[in-house]
Amino acid sequence: MDRYTILDHPADGKFQAFGATLEEAFANAALALASLMWDWEKVEPAGSFDVEVRGHDLEQLLYLFLEDILFLAETKRFLLSSVEDVRILSADAGYLCQAALLGDREPGRYEVHGDVKAITYHEMKVEQRSDHWLVQVVVDM
Amino acid sequence: MELKRVAENIWEIPRHGEMKVPARIYASRKLVDAVGGDKTLEQARNVACLPGIQRMSYVMPDAHQGYGFPIGGVAAFDLDEGIISPGGVGYDINCGVRLLRTDFSEADVTLKRRELLAQIFKDVPAGVGKGGVTKLTPSVLKDVLVRGAEWAVANGYGTSDDLATTEERGRMKDASWDDVSARAMERGIPQLGTLGSGNHFLEFQKVARIFDARAAAAFGLGAEGQVLVMIHCGSRGLGHQVASDYIQSMENAFGVRNLPDRELVHAPVKSSLGRSYYRSMCAAVNYAFANRQMIAHWVRDVFKRVLGTSEGMRQVYDVCHNVAKVEMHAVGGVEKELCVHRKGATRSFGPGRAELPEAYRAVGQPVIIPGSMGTASYVLVGTAEAEDLSFSSTAHGAGRAMSRQEALRRFRGERIRDELAARGIELLSTSWKGVAEEAAAAYKDVDEVVRVSDEVGLGRIVARVVPIGVMKG
Repeated sequence: MDRYTILDHPADGKFQAFGATLEEAFANAALALASLMWDWEKVEPAGSFDVEVRGHDLEQLLYLFLEDILFLAETKRFLLSSVEDVRILSADAGYLCQAALLGDREPGRYEVHGDVKAITYHEMKVEQRSDHWLVQVVVDM
Repeated sequence: MELKRVAENIWEIPRHGEMKVPARIYASRKLVDAVGGDKTLEQARNVACLPGIQRMSYVMPDAHQGYGFPIGGVAAFDLDEGIISPGGVGYDINCGVRLLRTDFSEADVTLKRRELLAQIFKDVPAGVGKGGVTKLTPSVLKDVLVRGAEWAVANGYGTSDDLATTEERGRMKDASWDDVSARAMERGIPQLGTLGSGNHFLEFQKVARIFDARAAAAFGLGAEGQVLVMIHCGSRGLGHQVASDYIQSMENAFGVRNLPDRELVHAPVKSSLGRSYYRSMCAAVNYAFANRQMIAHWVRDVFKRVLGTSEGMRQVYDVCHNVAKVEMHAVGGVEKELCVHRKGATRSFGPGRAELPEAYRAVGQPVIIPGSMGTASYVLVGTAEAEDLSFSSTAHGAGRAMSRQEALRRFRGERIRDELAARGIELLSTSWKGVAEEAAAAYKDVDEVVRVSDEVGLGRIVARVVPIGVMKG
């Protein structure tokens, strides 16, 4: 199973990400998002940020988790290279997601080719299939 | 879905189901085929179902599928019964275009073109992770959010003449920083005075053809070959975060069950959440005005250093193309205030509107339509008919026709650079892959878009301009 597939979308960015668990699908969605902006495989895991988000449903949880990657890129000049220790728990009539984001804070060392402005809920999917999880996201570019 | 041809270039989806009003599409046969292939029509119909919508849900000639509302969508809502929706404005609040005219002719800049572009590339920060040059404190940022381009002028970026030729005089007065989250502010601090990447660009252009000499003269456009500067950018991460924050707040307050698309989440205009979003959106609009004001100042500064003078580099106009505004319009013969959402659409006020600067009141508002990278752009003028046709709105650009993935498969950035160079157009970018994604062939034909705008009367063509130097973020 691939980590993710970038799909054709007439104007914006669209991808599906997969995982044996929901946590793995979230981690792969983060890499799919990063791939629209930079080549995450080339970024060194020189530093890390711990993130924690809450959502009233899984869609909002995914939206806010991915938004943190955009937020860190803009405010800390942090480019993601990998995602570790993802935990998703039920909390307060909703969900909680914690993860460690690894990457580098030297954007000048890498080519940044795309600008994702925002995550959207448009056509968003968080679905459990027979033997895996699938998430789908359209981002504003 | 039924799509009825009403007249040349005018189509309608008749009211059915949950629709409160019909949807109307301004497009040629060729353009309507393009929107038929994506979700634009379905999205225009969804907008027609929203509470308090007035007259029709309108779709401009350059429309394409968005999220929630279509890009190129115009919808106006009653202030008492209606709603305001962050998805109806878009994430890049006050994404817009500023046009400067100059006294230079193409011959004056040909030899120095490369130097001008290189210097601007150095002085105007562009891509992801490129911080602004001004070290902003949170208290200064608050001032920017409240005062917009006025703040920039007061701090030495440009002149007060620029304010007169900016929509809202560069400042939406209902802005409040208090409604903007700390997270949005944090994203705004490093990015003030940056172009951004993606479809944002800065171009030197030359006038290729004048279609309407009277309006052109009023706008300061004269002979063919006259050099212009066009700046296309928005409110950067701050605006994106404002949109996201209020989409979450509205979801949390009203739920998402009854929405055909979650991005259509909305709040009554007069509810406390609706008002709070509006004030916050106005703050993001002001940030974008200040952003373009600063960039315009640096451009003049570069011209002065490289060519010896920036005399005559007056601003033609600065338009927003992602915004919600309270405006007076006639509905059923009665003038009333409405909350007009323009998402990927440009205001096109005709002659006489009090909102226009005196110099343009007799001819109408300049409408600036950027083309895709390396193709023509247009200057149009707003019309009196547009009031009835589209709440005084027209297109905002060429509109994408091909996915970025497809563009990456088909084009190479370096090759595009060489092809443009062969046509006398210099291109500088932070990323060749980014250039391929924005290839002109991935966009609709801007000539066709403005032809429809002109024929229907949404905005009439004044001048066609073509690039001579492009900086893509």
